[in-house]
Amino acid sequence: MIIRQENTNQKALMSGNEAIARGAYEAGVRVATGYPGTPSTEIIESLVEYDDIYVEWSANEKVAFEVAYGASASGGRAIVAMKHVGVNVAADPLFAASYTGVRAGFVIVTADDPEMHSSQNEQDNRNYARFAKVPMLEPSDSQEAKDFVRLAFDMSEEFDTPVFLRTTTRLSHSKSVVNLSQVESHHVPDRLFREPEKYVLLPRYSRTRHPLVEDRIKRLADFAETSAINRVEINERSAGIICSGVCYNYAKEVFPDYSFLKLGMAYPLPRKKIMDFAETVRKVYVFEELDPFFEEQIRAMGIDVTGKEMFSMCGEFSPDIAEKIKGKFDNNVKNGMDSLPGRQPNMCPGCPYRPVFYTLKKLGLFIAGDIGCYTLGALAPLEAIDSTVCMGASIGYGMGVDKLLGRHAMGKAVSVIGDATFLHSGIPGVLNMVYNKSAVTVVILDNRTIAMTGRQDHPGTGFTIRGDNTHSVDYEALCRSLGVNHVYTIDPFKMAEFETVVKTEIQRPEPSVIISRGPCVLHRRLQRADKISFMVKEHMCNGCGECQRLVCPALEWRRSRAGNTAFINRAMCYGCGVCMQVCKEGAIVESNE
Amino acid sequence: MNKVTNILMVGVGGQGVILASEIVAETMMLAGFDVKKSEVHGMAQRGGMVNSHIRFGPNVYSPVIKKAEADYLFAFEMLESLRFLDFLVKDPVILLNKQQILPPSVTSGEDEYPRDICGLLSKRYHHVDVVDSLAIAKNAGNTKTSNIAFLGSVSTYFEIKEQLWEDTIAKFVPESLLNINLKAFSLGRKFLV
Repeated sequence: MIIRQENTNQKALMSGNEAIARGAYEAGVRVATGYPGTPSTEIIESLVEYDDIYVEWSANEKVAFEVAYGASASGGRAIVAMKHVGVNVAADPLFAASYTGVRAGFVIVTADDPEMHSSQNEQDNRNYARFAKVPMLEPSDSQEAKDFVRLAFDMSEEFDTPVFLRTTTRLSHSKSVVNLSQVESHHVPDRLFREPEKYVLLPRYSRTRHPLVEDRIKRLADFAETSAINRVEINERSAGIICSGVCYNYAKEVFPDYSFLKLGMAYPLPRKKIMDFAETVRKVYVFEELDPFFEEQIRAMGIDVTGKEMFSMCGEFSPDIAEKIKGKFDNNVKNGMDSLPGRQPNMCPGCPYRPVFYTLKKLGLFIAGDIGCYTLGALAPLEAIDSTVCMGASIGYGMGVDKLLGRHAMGKAVSVIGDATFLHSGIPGVLNMVYNKSAVTVVILDNRTIAMTGRQDHPGTGFTIRGDNTHSVDYEALCRSLGVNHVYTIDPFKMAEFETVVKTEIQRPEPSVIISRGPCVLHRRLQRADKISFMVKEHMCNGCGECQRLVCPALEWRRSRAGNTAFINRAMCYGCGVCMQVCKEGAIVESNE
Repeated sequence: MNKVTNILMVGVGGQGVILASEIVAETMMLAGFDVKKSEVHGMAQRGGMVNSHIRFGPNVYSPVIKKAEADYLFAFEMLESLRFLDFLVKDPVILLNKQQILPPSVTSGEDEYPRDICGLLSKRYHHVDVVDSLAIAKNAGNTKTSNIAFLGSVSTYFEIKEQLWEDTIAKFVPESLLNINLKAFSLGRKFLV
């Protein structure tokens, strides 16, 4: 359900992400940018529901950061949202913006993913706040998410700094009750400002900016001492718990009677407040997910705390884990059933990636993979992907393999990257492989959308986030202009043709790009009109199991005394016809029933 | 009611578990409770495990349910009910939808789908109800309303006026499909009364 702008002074049940968007809207944000990434995606998607805000999906997080920052430096409030690893991509402008400061409020949302529900690592981005000397706020529920965004904008202007707002998957995707407020109106300038000594980071200007940054952090630490978002709750004094974010709610759930220091500001820390709290309670626990970020700083203040020797640095916390403080933690509550059949993620029936992976696997190739739905190709029994590093890495990785092994890898490896990932950070990789004369073959899996995060548009789809028509990248022309002479666009469902092209290109001592174009089966605009499905002629199936290697959810395997046979669940079948092409017995046919 | 009530709704991606749990949470908020709701779903768009935690009461802290704390288990799919027994209180209320969705390891013949799930649960817990929401939805005229039919049955466990449920459904369901969903809800509600 969408909470539109006219609804004010009422309650709404909102996810953390919806509340962040609402907070930005209420704070009078003018420009909002981001790149899709779990668990941050819905922040930008929710902002589209509010009029009068410029919202975009940017090509990548670095660009998103720069667009929002440019707006802020020009006098309009701006927000940029990304997942934790997105901040790695945007780190370069982040460190610069810390020095140059802002003209109007600038908020960076980092959505971390403890437990790696949908990520390649669980880096703790609180470290970025300290590293870049930028303050960070950390809400505990949706109400705070909304309130803290508004505060972040005010702090940004007051202290002339970008402000981080950190959320985690549990906060971003949990819903709780939010009181809506009126929208602030902010004057937007109608002219350009020039202030090179602040915004041009020449060494001589930077040298004047750095001391200001150091002074700013001190003033922010003073603010942290007095701000109500760092809240002391004195109850029973036998134990005091220092925590932030959603961990506060876990601990509060389990120990409503203990004393708490709830840090709404993860950086910088309120030294005096912490020391006073530690003196008030008998034993201090630091209950924080991932890194000992608070713990190490608090220990450096000379305060003895219990933290990571009791709580893991890995994974997501829960109220159950908070029970450890009581010493009664028992992770072995066993009432459940062992060995239930799982439901591991899989590519959808009709997915255009399936025939590609089947063929590459059949050719026995080493596959340097990338980030997207196609990473699912790594799972058993397909097990087609040999490396996944980060957005865009497949091309550089493949080139490293090529440059090290030369003829030993010739004809044995490909790099596979999705359309959005290619546009996000794959283009410099292709540029590099041409420039440095590599023989890599790149397969661009163009499914016309950013599928895994929920089918967002990107520069290759021809639509903006608001659904307006726009230019769509011509991948073939782009690759040719980068200097790739061998570029092919193929239909992944024509499996024989794809196989022939791949076999030729991997032997070529020059770079090649194969664009495999087939829309995501869940694509909103590109739905197939015809409804075909397939069936197995049981008497012709010899049970060889070849079709089972496709791991299609519609393909079932029936065991009987007479032998095993394949069976197609017509309710699930999308009619892509890939199984028909791999069946050596011709037992799979189009069904007209 | 001073205590926080904990509801676990579980099923398979594509069954409409999330929508149904949104409606439950929203209804509880409109009924005057503090509410928190949290979901865990895998990376897959379809066919993965989905579970939704809903907690309501005068004041709710954690958005997730602790082990041995869920008062209600509403399973949209039979097998999924068995995954969450660690989370149940000693004497929970369980409602099972008869639907079975075979996991890939079952369709590939590697694993077997557990037999007589209802019997197994009934032996352990004394309040286990079963409903065939797909059949109810078919009666209502559209099998895609089976999640709302199931929600109708779920609604009978709470003392909330039918009108409030219906008002919430109207907020979440497209207008063109509202009548058929309300019919499914009403049929699902009757089933357990």
